Amino acid sequence: MAKKRKIATCSLAGCFGCHMSLLDIDERIIALLDLAEFDRSPINDIKEIRGMVDIGLIEGGVCNVENVHLLHHFREHCRVLVSVGECAITGGIPSMRNSLSLKACLEESYIRGVGVENAHIPDDPELPLLLDKVRPLHEVVHIDYRVPGCPPSADALWHVLSALVAGRDPHLPPALLKYD
Amino acid sequence: MISSETKKTFRLDGKEIPFREGQTVFDAAMAAGVYIPHLCHNPDFEPHSSCRLCTVIVNGRPFASCTQPAVAGQDVKSDTPELNEMRRTLTEMLFAEGNHYCPACEKSGNCRLQATAYALGLQDNQFPQFFPRREVDSSHPDIIFDRDRCILCGLCLRISRDVDKKSVFAMTDRGIGTTIVVDSPSGLLADSKVARTDEAVQHCPVGALMMKGEAYMVPIGRRRYDLRPINEDSVAEFQAREEALHG
Amino acid sequence: MWREEVPPAMDAVHAILETHERDPGELLQILIEVQHAYHYIPDAAVELVAEHLRVTRAHVRGVVGFYSFLSDRYLGEYVVYISDNITDRMQGSTGLATYLCNRLGVKLGETRADGRASVHFTSCTGMCDQGPAGIVNGLAVTRLTRQRMDVFAELINKRTPLPEWPREFFLVEDNFRRSDVMFRRPVEPGAALKAAMKRGDDEALKEIHFEEAVDPSSGLAWRRGADETLKELYRSDLRGRGGAGFKAAIKWETCRDISAPERYVVCNADEGEPGTFKDRVLLTTYADLVFEGMTICGYVVGSSRGVLYIRQEYWYLKPHLEAVLERRRTDNLLGRNILGTGFAFDIDIHWGAGAYIAGMETALIESVEGRRAKPRKRWPLPVVAGLNRRPTVVNNVETFADAAMVALKGGAWFAGHGTQHSAGTKLFCVSGDCERPGIYEYPFGVSVRELLRDCGGLDAQAVQISGPSGITISRLEFDRILAYEDLSTVGTCMIFGPQRDMFDAVRNFTQFFRHESCGLCTPCRVGTSLLSQLVEKVAAGKGSPVDVQEIERICQLLKSTAHCGLGQTVPNHLIDSLLKFRGDWDKRLVTTDFVPAFDLDAALHQARELTGRDDALAHL
Repeated sequence: MAKKRKIATCSLAGCFGCHMSLLDIDERIIALLDLAEFDRSPINDIKEIRGMVDIGLIEGGVCNVENVHLLHHFREHCRVLVSVGECAITGGIPSMRNSLSLKACLEESYIRGVGVENAHIPDDPELPLLLDKVRPLHEVVHIDYRVPGCPPSADALWHVLSALVAGRDPHLPPALLKYD
Repeated sequence: MISSETKKTFRLDGKEIPFREGQTVFDAAMAAGVYIPHLCHNPDFEPHSSCRLCTVIVNGRPFASCTQPAVAGQDVKSDTPELNEMRRTLTEMLFAEGNHYCPACEKSGNCRLQATAYALGLQDNQFPQFFPRREVDSSHPDIIFDRDRCILCGLCLRISRDVDKKSVFAMTDRGIGTTIVVDSPSGLLADSKVARTDEAVQHCPVGALMMKGEAYMVPIGRRRYDLRPINEDSVAEFQAREEALHG
Repeated sequence: MWREEVPPAMDAVHAILETHERDPGELLQILIEVQHAYHYIPDAAVELVAEHLRVTRAHVRGVVGFYSFLSDRYLGEYVVYISDNITDRMQGSTGLATYLCNRLGVKLGETRADGRASVHFTSCTGMCDQGPAGIVNGLAVTRLTRQRMDVFAELINKRTPLPEWPREFFLVEDNFRRSDVMFRRPVEPGAALKAAMKRGDDEALKEIHFEEAVDPSSGLAWRRGADETLKELYRSDLRGRGGAGFKAAIKWETCRDISAPERYVVCNADEGEPGTFKDRVLLTTYADLVFEGMTICGYVVGSSRGVLYIRQEYWYLKPHLEAVLERRRTDNLLGRNILGTGFAFDIDIHWGAGAYIAGMETALIESVEGRRAKPRKRWPLPVVAGLNRRPTVVNNVETFADAAMVALKGGAWFAGHGTQHSAGTKLFCVSGDCERPGIYEYPFGVSVRELLRDCGGLDAQAVQISGPSGITISRLEFDRILAYEDLSTVGTCMIFGPQRDMFDAVRNFTQFFRHESCGLCTPCRVGTSLLSQLVEKVAAGKGSPVDVQEIERICQLLKSTAHCGLGQTVPNHLIDSLLKFRGDWDKRLVTTDFVPAFDLDAALHQARELTGRDDALAHL
């Protein structure tokens, strides 16, 4: 039997909706597990990739320092890196803050917002610092493929994953191509 | 048969396409059931040839088919891998220069930019996002004008000028800074002569000009291009129009 | 930043409107005058102008927004533009602009808080042979130095009126270094026109006495003169000097043969191609010949109205050009009854307002009609439906001057110079690294090497032929010839010495195109921005071969899909540079891996400021 492909996943500035959609492939996950195994992923709670994996799936854009580190970690350890969902591909909903300054965003949340007490912008070193703009993944590292959708449907994810596991081009058929 | 009754034709991707005198390559192709991707063009209004998606190769040279007169015997190529790749790139450019958040856009499913991207199989987005800061105008009671979604097709300008006779919209600045300006003292739609019945606000291909209060009357998933992809829809619409106009 | 506190009085606007008819076609001309009077276009002026011309205020705002020299915010009592062509940069313009800003205490592009002054960069002002150059309150300044900037700052701080500034600051020289047969000395005004009118009447032509008027009763001879002059133009094989090289006679004949109530003759003096300044010299010293060529064109095609469309960078020529036109009217060389023949023709001057695209003929026509200089749809051609949708001949300044010489000396004489496919001579604008920059006239077919030898630039590593939209040639190609059959050119030769980094030219040119794209079509509007971003990325040492591939991909797209010549020629210099000066790229492509275009650590700067953090985790 051929060696199983390794898959890692993570969510950056996303909502985990893409991961939910991945779980929506339902019983097909069993077929997938015949061909591949999951390395680092919120699904199995493995925190770090050890060695190299074949396929990295990332949802969410890049909004803070932690996102940058995790994205670099994935790029270094994944042979093929896939942007999953609109946030990863374009910045998505979180990037709507890009039309405002970071100052305006943080002041609205932590100083002027309704019901704010003890108004100050959080400065705890444990909190990842925000970038001035939310960026799509491909502006930070090289991305090999993209699966659009918000989230991509389970069928679209299944199509792409089964293609990549089999070493095929993961181009989506028209019926599965959606940006919303 | 006498020669005057022989319909003139040109060759499009190897297929003979008949045309009437004065017809463009685009019009003749669509009438014959061949889809040519397009965004700034609406056959009911004067062509603009700005989006460049309808570029075809005529006798070896590229031209925008929406303004290119059909000529008997010319050889036209449209559905080629190279041209479709260019169309994808142009569409990608339009997505990158604006703020197009399909998941949060009321136009999703009725949007020609989105539907055209689907028809072209656009799965990539390799350009950096421009994230421009553009003004949203929600001043009008009936109409919302979200410049974030504008692709500068110029349809609202042309229609407001030529059909509504109001010239409510104009373009200002230039280059990548080009934007739409509204004709009113404040620059807001509420102070302008625009009305919800204006033709100019009915034909926005994207979600830049939209009616308030109607966004979700048809649920996502049952909208125009959800039901029929834009390549089929455009051709059917064009042929129905031809039928009505020319019998 | 200066802010408008009280709306200014509109008296001057009223006065300007008085002098123009209620013709929306005058919009741009009116706005230029308002800009000169107020140093911006106040909101109240927008309202007034719109009302007066019966156009929408949105339309007026759209025109204001389009042109570089029109501004909707106050630019100050003294408005200084520094020319940003690569030749100006090579002469130190960038440092001079910074220096002047520091001396004035103002940020580039902003108006000083007291409303005194602002400093800006602008596209090439056409003074490349006497740069670094600029414009102060509309008037060209040349040979800028730090010393001159010191004086500028002092004069501005003392509010010295411009007429009291040292005259030598405004000195513009012809620098006509080499004349051939066409431009030896100015021809007597009227001579070419008389020759044209007498053509076909062999006896009369044999003994032209320039003093004598053509017999007004000889209507037939007059018509015959027009036809015979067109034949001479065919014989001359004169091709358009604006760069495209279309045969003038075909254009004129087509225009003549289309039935229309009016036809127009438009002279393109937009000369926006960076590094080009021959039209400036022709209009300085050979203005009569140019106007005469236009008049002859009007005579041949049956037009009574000519328009000189000239770039605002040459505003200082306004009194001179108006005086020449006035003299020609007095001398019966323009007006209702030219030389007593009953032929009526006159010429208006239309000014541009800072837009390279206006040099493209349909964009130019839009601009003459007072609108945004947006290229029209490809069809119909201007010669069929141009100005006011009437048949229009649009030719370059030099083409009209040459046409006048053809009328004077005959087509065979003209065709006797140059090469088989490139008849006549050509003016070349030589600038950059050479000993004698200026204007050189050669018969077509001269080699680049010969030109370099004559101007003292033989050690060049490269010459940019025909401006940023043209072709970059390397030492290996110096034996190529300047002619339509090889290096087709508007005449621009920017020379790069061996010490130059050719990548600097690439940066300058991509920034130029980004600034000058009209924004109409997708590939040019977005593509010029993307190209500039990518080139700046490479310049910042963040480029990888992937970025070069991306540049090549966008170039291909522009060539195939851009709406007009501007967009289609944007890629030329990039493609040439990547092919011929790859070394200047490769030394910057230090990484093979993808690197972000933006600086990740700098992207945290705002957050560090807001949180006051500077710990290790607050950096990338």
